[in-house]
Amino acid sequence: MSAVLDVVTPDVPISGRRPSRIGWARWVRNFVARKPLGAIGAVLVLLLLLVAAAAPALSPYPYDVGDAAVRLQGPSLAHPFGTDANGRDMLSRIIWGAQVSVTVGFGAVAISTLLAVTVGIVSGYFGGWIDLVVQRLVDIWISFPALVLLISLVAVAGPGLWSVTFILGILLAPGTSRVVRSAVISIRHLPYIESASCIGAGHTRVILKYVLPNVLAPIIVLATVQLGTAILAESTLSFLGYGVPPPHPAWGGMLSGTGRAFMLQSPWLSIWPGLAISLAVFGFNMLGDALRDELDPRLRGSR
Amino acid sequence: MHVYLARRLLLVIPTLIGVSIIVFMLVRLLPGDAVTMLLQEYNYGKDADELRAKLGLDRPMYIQYFDWVGGVVRGDLGTSLRSKGPVADELVNRMPVTAELGVIAMLVGLAIALPVGIIAAIRQDTWSDYLGRSVAIGLLAIPGFWLGTLVVTLPSVWWGWTPPLRYTRLLDDPLKNLGHVVIPAIILGLALSGTLMRLTRAQMLEVLRQDFVRTASAKGLNERAVVVRHALKNAFIPVLTLLGLQVSILVGGTVVLESVFVLPGMGRYLLEAVQYRDYPVIQALNLIFATVIVLANLLVDLLYGWLDPRVRYQ
Repeated sequence: MSAVLDVVTPDVPISGRRPSRIGWARWVRNFVARKPLGAIGAVLVLLLLLVAAAAPALSPYPYDVGDAAVRLQGPSLAHPFGTDANGRDMLSRIIWGAQVSVTVGFGAVAISTLLAVTVGIVSGYFGGWIDLVVQRLVDIWISFPALVLLISLVAVAGPGLWSVTFILGILLAPGTSRVVRSAVISIRHLPYIESASCIGAGHTRVILKYVLPNVLAPIIVLATVQLGTAILAESTLSFLGYGVPPPHPAWGGMLSGTGRAFMLQSPWLSIWPGLAISLAVFGFNMLGDALRDELDPRLRGSR
Repeated sequence: MHVYLARRLLLVIPTLIGVSIIVFMLVRLLPGDAVTMLLQEYNYGKDADELRAKLGLDRPMYIQYFDWVGGVVRGDLGTSLRSKGPVADELVNRMPVTAELGVIAMLVGLAIALPVGIIAAIRQDTWSDYLGRSVAIGLLAIPGFWLGTLVVTLPSVWWGWTPPLRYTRLLDDPLKNLGHVVIPAIILGLALSGTLMRLTRAQMLEVLRQDFVRTASAKGLNERAVVVRHALKNAFIPVLTLLGLQVSILVGGTVVLESVFVLPGMGRYLLEAVQYRDYPVIQALNLIFATVIVLANLLVDLLYGWLDPRVRYQ
C-alpha cells in the first residue's frame, strides 16, 4: 500500500487516540438517551449473543436427554420453563436454541452481505452494460418467493445446519445488493472519487478505500435488520420441518406440528420458543432502526 | 403512456425466461443417486431408466428445456410422480384457496396499515404515534406460524374452542368457507401491515410538509379532504410499490398458514410435494409462484404509471 495516499486522506483524526476513546463512551451514553428503544434492542441482541456463546455453562440440563418421570410439567423451581413431551428441560432447550439461531443468522447474513456488496458495487461502480446485465439477473433472483425456493432447495440439497445457512444467505442477498448499488451510484461521480482515479488509483483501490467506506452505513443497517429476518426465516423453515434437523434444538422446530397435541396438555410448550424468536427479531429490528437514524444525518433527532 | 407500457412489458420477458431456466435447473441439480432413492423409497416407477424418462432426464439438456417450456405454454405443467395425474388439474382446485387467502390478507393488511399510518403521521410524536409504531415493529417480529399455533391451541385449552379445520369450498358454502379462511388471513394481514404502516407514516410525513398540502389547507379545505384527497393520493404510490414487493412475503406466508390451518391450497401442495420428493410438482409450483410475483410487480408498475403522470413521461 502506498503511504503517500494515506497521508493525503487520514483515516483517524490527527489529534490521536484519547479523544476518540472518550467519544466512544459518550456516544454510547448519548445513544441510550436519544434512542431508548434502540438501546433496548441492543440489550436484547447482546443478551442473545451472550446466551448463545455461554449455552454450555448456562443450561442446567442437557438439551437432548430427557427424564421420563417429569414429562410435560409446568414451570417449577427445578424446571423454570417446564418440560417437553420427552421430559427435556425447556429452559435448556431454549438456551441451546439461541446457539442455532445465532449460527444460522450470522452465517446467512455474512454470506448474503458479502455477495450483495460484491454484486451491488460492481453493478453500481462500473455501470453501463455490466449494470444492465447484472440488474436483470437480480430481477430474476428477486422474483422467487424466498420461502418457497428455500423449501424446494432444501428438499434438493437435503436439510442441515450448513445447507440452510448457505441457501438462506443466497436468498437474502438481492434486496441488499439493490440498496448497495443505489448508494454507490449516488457517490460514484462525486469529486473525491474522481480525484482518486485522477491521481492514478486503480479500480480495486478506489472501490476498497473510497467507495466501500462511504456505503458502509446502509450496509450495516441492512445487515442488522437482516439478522432478524434470517432468524425468522430459519425458525419458519424449522417449524415446517425443513430447517435445522432434530438433534439441534431449533426454536421453530419446538413449535412444529408434531408437538401440537402436547401443547394442548401443556400450553407452556407453545409460549417459550415463540417468545424467544419474537424477542430476538424485535431486538435486531429496533437496533437496526436506531442505527439507521443515527447513521443517516437527515434522520438524526427523530425518535 | 404507450411507450412506458411497452417498455415495461418488454422487460418482463427476459425475467420470465430467466425464472423458467432457474426452475428448470432446480430438478437438474439433484444429486446423481436421487433417481435410485426415488425408486427405493417412493416406488416411482419400475426401473431407473423408466423414471429418468418420466423426469425427462434421458435427453440432451436443451431439448428437455424446450420441451418443458413448450408444455408449460400449452398449459401442461407436468405429471405428478405421486398421483400420476397432471399437475395442472390439481392446481385448478388449489389455486382459488391460496388466492382467496392472499387477497383477504392483503385487504386486512391495508385496512390496518393505512388508517394507523395516517393517524401516526398526523399526530407525530404523540402517544398514538408511539403506540402505532411500537405495535408495527412488534408485528414484524412475531412469527406467523407462532400466532397461528397459539390460535389453534390456546382457545381450545381455555374454552374448548378450535377453529374449523375441515375445509369447505367457497362455492359450496361461502359463509362457512369465510369462517375457515378469515383467521389465517388476519394473521397474514397483520404480518404485512407492520411494514406497510411504517411506510405509510413516513410517506405521509413527507407529503404533509409539501407546499401543495399547505395550499390546499390555505384555500379552506377541511382536514379530511386535505389528508385523503391531496396527501394520501401522493403518499400511496410508494406504498403500492411495497405492496407489490410484499407479494413474495405473502406467498411464503400462505405456505406457513395453510400448513397450520390445514387449508388445501398451493402452499400445502408444495409441502406435500417436498415431503414425497415429487419433483415435477415442486418445479411447477416454483414456476407459478415466481410468475405471480413477476406479474404482480408488473401490475404495480402499470398502476404507478396510471396514478402518477410523471412516470409516464420519463
